[in-house]
Amino acid sequence: MADHILLRHRDVPDIDELDVYLEHGGFEAFKQVVTSKTPQEVIDVVRASGLRGRGGAGFPAGVKWGFLTPDVFPRYVVANADESEPGTFKDREILERNPYQFLEGVAICAFAAQANTAYVYCRGEFWDLAHELENKIDALHKSKLLGKGLFGTDYALEIHVYLGAGAYICGEETALLESIEGSLGQPRLRPPFPAAEGLYAKPTVVNNVETLTNLPPIITRGADWYRSIGTERSPGPKVFCLSGHVERPGNYELPLGTPFRDLIFKHGGGIPGGRSIKAILPAGASAPLLPATDEVLDTAMDYESVPQVGSQLGSASIIVIDETVNIAWLVHKTTRFFEHESCGKCTPCREGTYWMHHLLMRIERGEADLKDIDLLDAVARGIQGKCLCALGEFAIMPVISGIQHFRADFEARIRNGR
Amino acid sequence: MLAEKCSSEIKSILAKYPADRKRSAVLPLMYLAQREYGTVTTGSMVEIANLLDIDVTQVASLIGFYTLLHDKPGGKYRIQICTDLPCALRGAEEFAHELCDRLGIRLGETTPDGMISVEEVMCLAACNGAPMFQVQAPDGVHYHELQTVDSALAVIDELRKRDDDG
Repeated sequence: MADHILLRHRDVPDIDELDVYLEHGGFEAFKQVVTSKTPQEVIDVVRASGLRGRGGAGFPAGVKWGFLTPDVFPRYVVANADESEPGTFKDREILERNPYQFLEGVAICAFAAQANTAYVYCRGEFWDLAHELENKIDALHKSKLLGKGLFGTDYALEIHVYLGAGAYICGEETALLESIEGSLGQPRLRPPFPAAEGLYAKPTVVNNVETLTNLPPIITRGADWYRSIGTERSPGPKVFCLSGHVERPGNYELPLGTPFRDLIFKHGGGIPGGRSIKAILPAGASAPLLPATDEVLDTAMDYESVPQVGSQLGSASIIVIDETVNIAWLVHKTTRFFEHESCGKCTPCREGTYWMHHLLMRIERGEADLKDIDLLDAVARGIQGKCLCALGEFAIMPVISGIQHFRADFEARIRNGR
Repeated sequence: MLAEKCSSEIKSILAKYPADRKRSAVLPLMYLAQREYGTVTTGSMVEIANLLDIDVTQVASLIGFYTLLHDKPGGKYRIQICTDLPCALRGAEEFAHELCDRLGIRLGETTPDGMISVEEVMCLAACNGAPMFQVQAPDGVHYHELQTVDSALAVIDELRKRDDDG
């Protein structure tokens, strides 16, 4: 893609400065919706564009907004900037380098949701960028692009930054809302969904940073233009985060539907040292591991195609694993992560991640028995479908798929340890 | 007392949330306490609870839940190295151990002068910048990406020097 739609800072220097952003059409989309569209018209455009949530679930954004309980106010918009999935670093680049496009997206979403207050929930580690974002919000106030009586109408909007304090689970939308409310960041039982009872029990839209950053170009260029990018059911551009064993790790903005092979070899420069690729984690630590067969490498990275080869696109965090890696080690790493990040609310996740981690430590230390592989698989399956949120479900995916595809790696670890 | 030391900051924090929802200010106030006292002290937890009309256990429970809040003293600067999968694939574990060796401590320990702790942390959303770490200082968190052990030691020297100057 010659012209970036989301990572626009790569084409336009200093677009993180307000005057530069304004010179390049910034806040025209927001002005257009506030002065000439109804909230419902904005929702209709976004729905027609087919924009799907970029945080991992891929749920259509316009449809989500349509679920807001009618006639209940105030309403809130919450931007999810709690980016914490291992292998995911796209929102950070957008927030640091193209912050005004993101903030304009928040503003458009707030207008569509008829909200006058929006919160940007940044993970606590994004301390520096959160403070910079507050400066950007101040600049918008000074330019009368936020505040009361926007563009001569009676629409008013305030955006506040909320800094988390280090908890992966707060990226789950209901845990995030609990965290803003000052409680432990643990997921809520649903329904009610946030669109009915979200922040402070009011109708709330929660969207990911990248999702919101798509909104200004959708408004100015239209749903048909947006649908001309990507695939029919997964339209638009996507920022793919490429990490692990590749020559050029980084963010790559490409149309949804680009094959893994293009991302890893054409854009990412392939595997260092002439080694061969062994496996791919397509959605960070939170989806099944895929053996890097030709079929997998030729699979289109979109919300429909990746499940057909047995995994998920998720937040599109592609971690590349070369032939030197023992998969038992990898699964130990992902499981350690989920054990640490389990919020402790649901017993199967809290206890199950603990036991999986301990079994994997035993395997890593060479103290395990071959039977422990089946025990590990059984513990993983015991978590399945028994938790309030997806964390427990995520935790078992690398475990079950790792054993399924690379059982010999576990056996080798156990045999060599003896 | 926090309320006297930072009254205007507390006021502007509370202004961001609905008046009947001031519990939302708990994390920002805990950060404030940590900045002022180095850790979230028991006294400050009581004070925050009183300011927000919540129970002190509701404040204290957050300490163990969030990794950036501390009630136990560590180094003044906490070097928090990501050794999660994407970073580990790019040498973060070797980096962490070698850095500790050069500092003469083990992971999780603090240097004898109380200035530097080295900790392993989970993914920091900087996988393309591995090996990397963040420095949690009393006044915030700052990222250092694409590091070598030598460049990390230079960052640590800078921190020590800044402290001597300050």
